[in-house]
Formats: sequence, structure tokens, C-alpha cells
Amino acid sequence: MSYFAALNPLNLLNALPGCIAQGIIWGIMALGVYVTFRLLDFADLTVDGSFATGCAVTVMLTLAGVPIPAALLVAIFAGLLAGLVTGLLHTALGIPPILSGILTQIALYSVNLHIMGMAANMALSSQKYNLLVSLMNIPKSILIAGLFALALISLLYWYFGTEQGSSIRATGCNPSMSKANGININFTKVLALSLSNGLVGLAGGLMAQYQGFSDINMGRGAIVIGLAAVIIGEVLGEAILRKHMNFALRLVFVIMGGIIYYIVVGIVLWLKLNSNDLKLFTAIIVAAFLAVPYIQGRRKNSFGRTAKASLAALEARKDKEE
Amino acid sequence: MLNIIDIHKTFNLGTINEKSALNGVDLHLDKGDFCTIIGGNGAGKSTMLNAVAGVWPVDRGAILLNGQNITGLPEHKRAGFLGRVFQDPMTGTAASMEIEENLALAARRGKSRKLGWGITKQEKEKYRELLRVLDLGLEDRMTSKVGLLSGGQRQALTLLMATLQQPNLLLLDEHTAALDPKTAEKVLRVTDQIIEENHLTALMVTHNMKDAIAHGNRLIMMHDGRVILNIAGEEKKKLTVADLLHQFELVSGEEFASDKAILA
Repeated sequence: MSYFAALNPLNLLNALPGCIAQGIIWGIMALGVYVTFRLLDFADLTVDGSFATGCAVTVMLTLAGVPIPAALLVAIFAGLLAGLVTGLLHTALGIPPILSGILTQIALYSVNLHIMGMAANMALSSQKYNLLVSLMNIPKSILIAGLFALALISLLYWYFGTEQGSSIRATGCNPSMSKANGININFTKVLALSLSNGLVGLAGGLMAQYQGFSDINMGRGAIVIGLAAVIIGEVLGEAILRKHMNFALRLVFVIMGGIIYYIVVGIVLWLKLNSNDLKLFTAIIVAAFLAVPYIQGRRKNSFGRTAKASLAALEARKDKEE
Repeated sequence: MLNIIDIHKTFNLGTINEKSALNGVDLHLDKGDFCTIIGGNGAGKSTMLNAVAGVWPVDRGAILLNGQNITGLPEHKRAGFLGRVFQDPMTGTAASMEIEENLALAARRGKSRKLGWGITKQEKEKYRELLRVLDLGLEDRMTSKVGLLSGGQRQALTLLMATLQQPNLLLLDEHTAALDPKTAEKVLRVTDQIIEENHLTALMVTHNMKDAIAHGNRLIMMHDGRVILNIAGEEKKKLTVADLLHQFELVSGEEFASDKAILA
């Protein structure tokens, strides 16, 4: 009983804005995951590394006196490079997609340590630096992160409507058709992977500012959180909008997915579950949301159902014959 | 126009699955030729088309198109000269993209894709007109996903895509084999129409001897990775299925190996 007495709804309410701010930033990361996972059809595990790279680059450059916008630009560029490496491992060296991502991810662990001067974490004081987002000022953070998300959604919406963006979508959808129509699918793959990890690097840069530090383990599980946001957003979007879903709204729902994911995390923490179990919990959420469309489809189209229907048909025939 | 000079291709060289698919194919097409290709299973028909399309490099020989040596060009670079329709209706179109988006992608075949709009308003109008001519009711479904179309509709769309930008050579790889007879006939009619209207040069692989005889001005038969029969002009017009079977037995010393081709 004392457990429930200790659960104060007000605490949850207080935690909510922080969850939203974090959710938006992870949602930006999830936009990157969306580009590879959904548009390119490439499960890119680089992001666990490139997210932390974005964090490390932003913190180290800011500490060195570089203005924040410039530091974020470098974070984007560092992410782009990481994506480029994965892309080349896959296209130039013929390494399978998942493995290419894992190789870059593991290599980035060392790279990130080097960036942070071999320290496992580095603090970034919000008092000393004029950070764009910070948990010391959550309303401002929500506003800024929200503006970032909006700008990026507009940019992606535009880009994937261009000739080049369309060729990336075609590559993800049908490589044979793409080649037959003169698309260099190695180029489009590398391009999409770079773009995706650039977004992830930017999200890392924002997250490092928000939390006020960079940690070598910060990107661990980023891919799963990204997938969670993408899939929660999709399931929700399809449920609410059904046929009115378009590309821009899909991207908006990816951000929403990120927010919802973090609200759920907020609830878990509020329930005073051990925060070390969060990763387990995340995996369960993602598995559940991945399973929803499949199970829904199977319910409509299962052998169990046809078995029952067949019995009814047999009954009806028997009645007729009698 | 198209000059195929002594091309060879062996798959899985040096393994237990070694298969020599092309053993010195020679073929010359003039501009405006519509050549049908017939042969039993494993004769090398599709393999020859893939060699021309650049799906993989050939082991030996040369392929010239309009006098240009394209033997060393990768698939996406040759695509600028070639229109292609495949056997599987799924292969030629992007299922999760809209009809008009597929057309717009095909309209940019061989051009560099930059940051201009992927599809313009004028294009949409043009596509609507072209689809109306196809007469499959697709002109009112321009923003539908291609995955919703039937096999026949997808093949007709792929044909349109392949010829949207006039190709130097149209490659049709058994593009009606996966369709029911009635739809196949319709797609073949559209094929004839498009080839005639645009004065295209075309290679069409088919399993169906009757179709091979009825369409085009030339016919070649392949066997064991070689061209064993090359018929053109008046001789082709008088050709019958029985003639073809007889010729095949004469040249190859075997019976024709595909019931599907004879009975169809």
C-alpha cells in the first residue's frame, strides 16, 4: 500500500514537459532512422555510434569556445561521415547492411573516446554556455527542439520530392527497377545513409546540450529508440488518419512517436521501476508495436478462423443433403 | 544499330554449379528491327538480354549500340539507351510509389537527378494523356500506388515507362509470360502499337512460338547459348510453328524441349 501512496500524480505531471522535450530530440534522431529503415529499406545500426559522435563533437567544440551553431554543424558533418563509412563498407566492399552498420558503430566507440580526449564523459555547464536546449529551461527547450523538428520535416519533405530524393525512395522500393531506370543505387544508398546519420549526429548534439554532458554510452540502444518512435508513430498515424496519411504527416508522427515513447518512459520511472530495466522495457515496447500490425493482419486472415468457417460450410452442406 | 559480337558468359566459373550460358552469340540488328527470340529453357535468351542490359559484365566479346562500345558500361549507365520490361510484373515498377511517380522516375532515365522537383505539373498532364491512350483506366488513378495494380496493368505501365524517353533499343524479356492469355494479348497489342508509333528497335524474348512468328520483322532461335536460326523478311512472314520445330530439330539435332512453347 505504501508503494501506491508514494505515487504522486503531480510528480508525473511535473515530469511530463521534460519527457516531451527529450521525446522531440529523440524524434529528430528517429527521422534519421526513418530515412534508412523505411525509405531505403536498410536497417542501419550505425546510429548507436553516430548519435554519441554528435554528442561528443558538440560538447568538445563548445568547451573549446566554438559557437553552438557551428558545433552543431560539425556534429551533423561527423554523422554524415559515419554514414558515408557504412555506405562504402556496404557498396564498395560488399558487406551486408546490418554488418556494415555494426562495424561502423563499434569503430565509432573508439573514435568517440578519442574525440572526448579519452574521457568516458564530459560535462557541459548550462550556466557557462548559452545552450540552445537544456533541462534547466524546459519550455524553451521544447520550443527550440520543436522548431528544429519542424524545419527538418519541411526539409525532408522537400528533398524526398526532388529528383534525387525520389531516386533514393525508388532504390529502397525496387533496386532492379531503379537500375533499369538509370539510378546508380550504390550512390543513392551512400547518400541516404549519410543524410540519415547527419540527422542522427544533429540529434546527438541537441541531446548533449539538453542533458548538459556527453557520455560514451549515450547512443547505446539509439537504434531501438529510433525504431520505437518510427513504429509507434506509424501505428498511431495509421489508426488516426487512415487513408489521409501523407509523407509530411508520417514524419510528424515519427516525432510524435518519439514523444510518446518518452512519456511512457516517464511513466515507468514514475512507477519507480528500476531505471536499469529501461532497456528491457524499451525492447518490449518496440516488439509489441512491431507485432501489432502483424497480429492484426493474422486475426483477419488466420487458419483458425478459416477452420471455423469451414465447419460452418460443412454443416450447411449436410443440412442441404438431409 | 545493335551489334553483338561473339559474347560469352559462364556463371559460377570453377564451381560445381558452373554453367556456360552464352557460347559466342553474334547478332546484328538494324534500326527499326523488331526481333523476336525463341528457344528452349536454358537456351540463353534472357541471359543475352541481360548481357545487353549490363546486369553483369560478359566474359568475352563486344556489344555495340549505335556504333558506341557499351561493353564496359555498368547497368545504370546503359539504362539511358535502353528501355526494359521484365518477365515478373513486380520487377519493372516501384510498388510503394505512385503511378505518376514511377513515370516521372522513368522520364529521367539517363539524366542526372538533381534537386529539381521529382515531377512537374506539365508532366502530370502529359502522363494523363499517355495513360488514356493505354485505355486501362489508369489515367484516373495517377496517385494510386503501383502495388495496387494487376500484373497486366503493371506490365503496360512498365512498357510506357520504358518508352517514355525514346530508347535506342527496347528489351522485352518474356514480358507477357506471367499474364493470363487475354491480358497477354492486350499487352502484346500495346507493345506492337508503341514500337510502331515510335519506330523503335526491339528485342523480344518469348516462350510462345506463335507470338514469335506473329510479331516483329525478324526471328532468331537460340540453343545452348548460341543463335542457331536467324530468319528475316519474307521468309519470316511465311513461317509456321511446324517449320520452326522442324528447323530446330535440323539445326540442334534434338527435339524442342519446351511443351509450353509448342502448345501455347
